[in-house]
Amino acid sequence: MALSHAPALRRKHRRARLRTLGFLSPWLVGFSVFFAYPLIATGYFSFMHYNQIKEPTFVGLRNWTYVLTQMPLFGPALWNTLWLVVVMVALRVVFGLGIGLLVTKVKTGAGLFRTAFYVPYLAPPVAATVAFVFLLSPGSGPVNEILSAVGIDSPPTWFNDPAWAKPSLVMLSLWGIGDLMVIFMAALLDVPKEQYEAAELDGAGAWARFRYVTWPSITPIVMFAVVTGVVQTMQYYTQALVAGKLASGVSVGPGTVIQPGYPDHSTLTVPQLVYSLGFQNFNTGAACVLSLVLFAIAMAVTTLLMRKRTGLLSAED
Amino acid sequence: MTTTTLRAAADVRTGSGGGPAVRAVRRKRVLHWIAMHSLAVAAALFFVLPFVFVFLTSVMSDGQAMSGELWPRAWHWENYAQVFRTPGFLDWWRNSLTYAVLGTVLTVCSSVPVAYALAKFRFRGRRTAMLLVISTMMLPPQVVVVPMYLVWAQQFQLSGSLWPLIIPMAFGDAYSIFLLRQFLLTIPKEYLESARVDGCGELRTLLRIVVPMAKPGIAAVALFQFFYCWNDYFGPQIYAAQNPGAWTLSYGLETFKSAHMVDWNLTMAATLLVMAPVIVVFLFAQKAFVEGVTLTGVKG
Repeated sequence: MALSHAPALRRKHRRARLRTLGFLSPWLVGFSVFFAYPLIATGYFSFMHYNQIKEPTFVGLRNWTYVLTQMPLFGPALWNTLWLVVVMVALRVVFGLGIGLLVTKVKTGAGLFRTAFYVPYLAPPVAATVAFVFLLSPGSGPVNEILSAVGIDSPPTWFNDPAWAKPSLVMLSLWGIGDLMVIFMAALLDVPKEQYEAAELDGAGAWARFRYVTWPSITPIVMFAVVTGVVQTMQYYTQALVAGKLASGVSVGPGTVIQPGYPDHSTLTVPQLVYSLGFQNFNTGAACVLSLVLFAIAMAVTTLLMRKRTGLLSAED
Repeated sequence: MTTTTLRAAADVRTGSGGGPAVRAVRRKRVLHWIAMHSLAVAAALFFVLPFVFVFLTSVMSDGQAMSGELWPRAWHWENYAQVFRTPGFLDWWRNSLTYAVLGTVLTVCSSVPVAYALAKFRFRGRRTAMLLVISTMMLPPQVVVVPMYLVWAQQFQLSGSLWPLIIPMAFGDAYSIFLLRQFLLTIPKEYLESARVDGCGELRTLLRIVVPMAKPGIAAVALFQFFYCWNDYFGPQIYAAQNPGAWTLSYGLETFKSAHMVDWNLTMAATLLVMAPVIVVFLFAQKAFVEGVTLTGVKG
């Protein structure tokens, strides 16, 4: 205790603090300017009427009551986002795990299979979406051509049918499962082999081996996949927007205002609504309210999921 | 892994030598092999066929592309040349490359020291700092986009360009910091201590010892950032939409389709041209990439 008061040591401590600050400075600036400031500003604008031309004026809770109780598109957007969060994340995890299991079992041509499963993940989202709108186009798309060739008379119209638009987006997202496959594959290869051998000798079948050996050992990675999946899906934007626009068939130039979420708002997500309010209708206050709602849901969901042991939390040594 | 285990277990139980039991096990193994590989082929079709159909359509004539026929009657390679002749297409390439290259360089340069401090320095608030980094990763970009846009557009007059997307990358990127920190944690303390004993300052230690050892991690971060920028649609839509001269390939592609409503062949050629660079980069840097993905998920 007394030692730490020695001037030499104190100087050393101060130098260490300055050094730490120096190394952290890019992020400290970035965090304050690009995270803390805009978050506070979003809160501020949520109480303002502001059309980005005239000075903002204070309107109290009016934006909040408008968005939460009166805005017709809020309900559908929230519903679609939550639908996608639940269905897309669940199917991605199940499918990713299945493909991960498959590639650990396949020996002949393993490298080729892995590459084939992985590469679609790299396709830029816009390009992948354009490709899927073509593949699934109702009139002459290859998928429906094949479906009618095998005798399915009235195949779905996919992105043009409100009931099929979201499932089509899910299919597109399953196509890009490569990242999850790699993560699950690595986790599966990490399961101690002796445990499988022991289970085998105890007469455990394939399902029992999965349930009592594989599953407990990969749960943290599954949780990691669920948390990051939920976060990503809360931000789901590009694919829904591009698919809706292209499938609707309207010709869009710069500045054209289109009603997002074609068909029948079935692909309208909360982030799209933020964009449309803030950058097409110039209703800054309402856009900021919706941003904060999105933030609140994202935080609630992640804290809830992070309570359990996850890959992210265990990073906190 | 499991097949070898199965084989070992089977050998233990049956002893060596042939008998009906061994034959039964062998037959089971063959059936298992066939089942797994048929499943893998079926899965591979789901992942590969979209590329095949996109490619086949990209070399069809306009008329055939709408007909629903799957195999091109004649191979129109000139479709690709026509895509390149589309006004703006070359500008979009240039803008995408600028955004991706500058963004990657800035992100790496600014994130490495931060990740190093978070991984190797002991200081108060270290845990909090790490939690804040993670929470930035969790924040949907749409939450802060409105005020950020207003600052860039009104204070700095930079809307209609990609600078509002590139400049912030000089101040660290949460995801890259997180990934690099995970990587730097695996570098043993002894290397750093011996460098310090030899009289290296922290900056020299970082540049001479840590950076060379962390090359695979840095390569992974650089690739991820490059792909992130190349694929970004939301950013360019917010800041560059009003100025076609600043569009990127990802943003331009969708507009390209809207302008060529009926020309699926040209659109598919353009789509492949947008996908090509990332796939080529991946094939050259597969190892770094897969290592990076694994690192975020598993070592976490």
